[in-house]
Amino acid sequence: MEWYQDFPHIGYDLEGKKIYKPIRNKDELDKFLEKMENPDYWRTVQDKMTGADIKLTDEQVDLVHRLQKGQFGDVHFDPYEPAIDFFSHEVMIHPVTNRPADKRSFIPSLIEKEKVSKLVHAIKMGWIKPRKPKEDTPSYYDLWAHEDPNSILGRHKMHVPAPKMKLPGHEESYNPPPEYLPSEEEKLAWEQQEPAERKLNFVPRQYRCLRAVPAYSRFIHERFERCLDLYLCPRQRKMRVNVDPEDLIPKLPKPRDLQPFPTTQALVYRGHSSLVRCLSICPGGQWLVSGSDDCTVRFWEVSTARCMKTLPLAGVVKSIAWNPNPTIRLVAIAVEQSVLLVNPSLGDKLLYGATDQLLESYVAPEEERVQPVQWVAATTEEHGKGIRLVIQHSRPVKQVTWHGKGDYFASVLADNSNMQVLIHQTSKRWSQNPFRKSKGLVQCVLFHPIRPYFFVATQRYVRVYNLLKQELTKKLMTNCKWVSSMAIHPGGDNIICGSYDSKLAWFDLDLSTRPYQLLRHHKKALRSVAFHKHYPLFASGSDDGSVIVCHGMVYNDLLQNPLLVPVKVLKGHALTWDLGVLDVLFHPTQPWVFSSGADGTVRLFT
Amino acid sequence: MGGLEKKKYQRGSATNYITRNKARKKLQLSLPDFRRLCILKGIYPHEPKHKKKVNKGSTAARTFYLLKDIKFLLHEPIVNKFREYKVFVRKLRKAYGKSEWSTVERLKDNKPSYKLDHIVKERYPTFIDALRDLDDALSMCFLFSTFPRTGKCHVQIIQLCRRLSVEFLNYVIASRSLRKVFLSIKGIYYQAEVLGQPITWITPYAFAHDHPTDVDYRVMATFTEFYTTLLGFVNFRLYHSLNLLYPPKIEGQSEVELKPTEGEAYAMDSESYLEKLSALSASLARVVAPTPEDDVEMDEFPVEGETAEQMDARKKEQEVLEKQKKLFEGLRFFLNREVPREPLAFIIRCFGGQVSWDKSLCIGATYDVSDPSITHQIVDRPRLEQQVVGRYYLQPQWVFDSVNAKLCLPVADYFPGVLLPPHLSPFVTEQEGDYIPPEKLKLLAMQRGENAGEESEEEEEEEEEDDNDDDDEEEEEEEDDSEKEEETKLKKMEEQKTQSKALPVKVTAGKVRLEDKQRLEQEQQSEEKRLAIMMMKKREKYLYKKIMFGKKRKVREANKLAEKRKAHDTAIKEEKKKNKKARRA
Repeated sequence: MEWYQDFPHIGYDLEGKKIYKPIRNKDELDKFLEKMENPDYWRTVQDKMTGADIKLTDEQVDLVHRLQKGQFGDVHFDPYEPAIDFFSHEVMIHPVTNRPADKRSFIPSLIEKEKVSKLVHAIKMGWIKPRKPKEDTPSYYDLWAHEDPNSILGRHKMHVPAPKMKLPGHEESYNPPPEYLPSEEEKLAWEQQEPAERKLNFVPRQYRCLRAVPAYSRFIHERFERCLDLYLCPRQRKMRVNVDPEDLIPKLPKPRDLQPFPTTQALVYRGHSSLVRCLSICPGGQWLVSGSDDCTVRFWEVSTARCMKTLPLAGVVKSIAWNPNPTIRLVAIAVEQSVLLVNPSLGDKLLYGATDQLLESYVAPEEERVQPVQWVAATTEEHGKGIRLVIQHSRPVKQVTWHGKGDYFASVLADNSNMQVLIHQTSKRWSQNPFRKSKGLVQCVLFHPIRPYFFVATQRYVRVYNLLKQELTKKLMTNCKWVSSMAIHPGGDNIICGSYDSKLAWFDLDLSTRPYQLLRHHKKALRSVAFHKHYPLFASGSDDGSVIVCHGMVYNDLLQNPLLVPVKVLKGHALTWDLGVLDVLFHPTQPWVFSSGADGTVRLFT
Repeated sequence: MGGLEKKKYQRGSATNYITRNKARKKLQLSLPDFRRLCILKGIYPHEPKHKKKVNKGSTAARTFYLLKDIKFLLHEPIVNKFREYKVFVRKLRKAYGKSEWSTVERLKDNKPSYKLDHIVKERYPTFIDALRDLDDALSMCFLFSTFPRTGKCHVQIIQLCRRLSVEFLNYVIASRSLRKVFLSIKGIYYQAEVLGQPITWITPYAFAHDHPTDVDYRVMATFTEFYTTLLGFVNFRLYHSLNLLYPPKIEGQSEVELKPTEGEAYAMDSESYLEKLSALSASLARVVAPTPEDDVEMDEFPVEGETAEQMDARKKEQEVLEKQKKLFEGLRFFLNREVPREPLAFIIRCFGGQVSWDKSLCIGATYDVSDPSITHQIVDRPRLEQQVVGRYYLQPQWVFDSVNAKLCLPVADYFPGVLLPPHLSPFVTEQEGDYIPPEKLKLLAMQRGENAGEESEEEEEEEEEDDNDDDDEEEEEEEDDSEKEEETKLKKMEEQKTQSKALPVKVTAGKVRLEDKQRLEQEQQSEEKRLAIMMMKKREKYLYKKIMFGKKRKVREANKLAEKRKAHDTAIKEEKKKNKKARRA
């Protein structure tokens, strides 16, 4: 109907003509008036189909009322009629339907007969048996009735039985002794730890009585973890180290049996105001010379610790070496770019006079030879100080060392070129450069005491040159990062090398080019090492302020390896600027050791 | 260069191991089935010595099994059962899908099942082997028997576990083989000695479980499946070794008597048997009735290479053991209802005591509270309303401590409402240098038979403590020795320094320095040792340092405990003093 809302008609008749809406010209006022005046207004409805007003009759109003109340529209309908059971439990004499029974209900079924006969046949043949009652309780018997006592596990011998669970200690008790209860901090620490890192997997607790103990919340977890361990955890047989730690300590000869060796500090030589870098001693053992960073060289009397002479120089004294020849009194001192040969003028006047004479008897050769250095005689002022000759190098000199005879000496320059090592001859005032090529930064050099060998230590290797044949004979691998010092056994077959990575390597030249033993005694870098001339002793000084004296016995029998035993740790030097002992030196005849330190002292241990 | 080319990883350890995935493929099993098989057969991964070699050069994390183990699994009949089961599940699903209910029924009836008897025999060729591995089996069975009958796992398994564990408890009672018990915060530990093998198991406290979600119950159920089989056979054998009937029967009750009226009211007919058994109050029927002269004096054969002292010690031990077995003989206990019944009844019966409880608490009560012959009543409440004269009222810890001490402890410390003495673990055997709590020292003294008055005991305790402290100090001293030496040396040096610094030379009267010879010698020895340590090889030095570190840590821990105890004791003493003062004031 709403389609025609906006149209004047409300549909079409059979002939297709429009049916017009009745004309309604009532406005609101008219509607109101009618509402007020017409008493039947409430029962008047508009027929939407025709648009006409219809007045409802009394019956129609009544029907509307009934429907609104939810009652049946028909006045006469009774919803509560008594029910009549048509089908009941009582058997009736008459059938409900009068249909006669089928024929098939009187004839036995053929299909069923077939099925039954099949079953009967199967039962007869024993194919079908009555169902056995199921036994769900397992039956047990004596499984190990015929056990073989000697039988190992059936599979193989690699079986690793699972370790048993750890048995509980006192701390797991519900009422442990009070010392096992954790304090608050311990509890906090326990909570912050990772579960795998914890020593105990529970916090010990105390309960007043058994009744107060609650269930352990992780019980099932723990059993489950044990199960996982049993079948998932890889097993391995581990040999427990069951060693008495005392057995691990090597059995060494007692130091008491290896005497003599220096044991106590006897003298302190004071006077230097800065680090004492180098030490040297006269072959007779009466005079000691020390060079220091305060640009002086001091001569000491060994037995009294008295400073006999102080020689101020132009620069820091890097190295110092006393001529090993007992008939010559000459000390080589490395100061900056020059090597000074100094006559100390101590002791026997005949001796040092003879030395001066020897130096003066030099006659210069006719033709000047080309030399890598300049030999300059000392000026008179210098002569007064005792300086006799100055050998001027092109670079700063790091080290000087004498040959055993006392005529030749070698100097090491701080340089990268091939001119790092020079060998000088004092009597002829002649120098030469033995190497054509640089093989790395040379740390120190050494003459063999007996044979014409020359040792050159670079950072990691020690090269042994034969001076006669002019060839490389050996190259020793030190296994260290940076060699600092080197010393040779008076027998000439063994060398020790100290290194800045706090190792001391003992080489047996007959044995191999690798260290016979690598000693890690010091805690810090080694600065110097020394051998004793007569006694089987060697010493090493280190930045940790200690001097370790070791017994190093070399046997004449080639089959017997050297015996190395540390015998004494000597302490005395105070650490200054992280430096301890800078140089160590043995007395030529006595079992005494000198050490010079960064604290400006020289100490004698006897 | 003759001979064949040697290929890498074709000989040596690489061929002895197989990774898990390869093993699985070789066995043609799914991962859960493989795991189940490994659990049942007791196959576990091995950690090869050189993992990289075995792993063919790779360092990836893999688990390795021994190839022999896997080959051995190939012939396992159970693998076939697993496959059958897979087929069965497939068929069943199909029948369900087609709603063929008769087929479903038939299939369910013919569900493939397997037995684990042969695996038990194979894994434990001798009975002793089985006993050695019984710890986990017992703990697991006891745990499963406490599970609720709903959810988590099959009811049958739970019932079986309960039955087997009760049977085992009854065996332990009959053989009197319980040795140690321990109340921990996790549960109750028991240790029994069966045929010379210590068997330890743990039972949880009787509370409902808070079932965790991150636990795979299927794995646990597989383990339990094996463990129940093992435990069943072990029980059978153990019962027969004591001439007991195996499905155990309670003594003095024929078949007719098995259904008394009381039992009917308490439990169903099918359950009353197990309930009665688990009451642990009645002894078991034997195949052959024991004659009173059964205890034959054992002849003693001296073992070769055993001195008389050792023999005496052994004899003494035997005597102590016999005494312990009869610890509660002649005592009659009554358990109050707040006390955990099963553990206490088990322990008391294990040591020959008689035990009963309230009739409404559990089946199997033999006498009433009002019985005048009761000697001990176990109580766990702060105070009692009415006490009967002629019996001790004790807290349950007394029973546990007495068993561990192997003697009936004095009862005064265990009265209801009294602050209990600490409960110590019987499983700890203190070695030298370990910390021993003073209570343990007291107990050891008591066991040795030193039974002085209490006051003197306290004194002793204190003295012992002092001794302890002294020892500790000595140890510390020894530790510090080297340091002290150095110190003295440094001091000397300083002295020398100062002396030499004072240049204006003065001569003072010298003092005679007394040198302690012993001290000197000691110093020398320690120095020698230090020098020797310097000469150790790197590897040995590392080992030595590690051992010494462990030792020092042990000492440190012991010292820490001792210190804590001391602090605690002094605090308590001060409190006591304060209380006294307060009382006086």
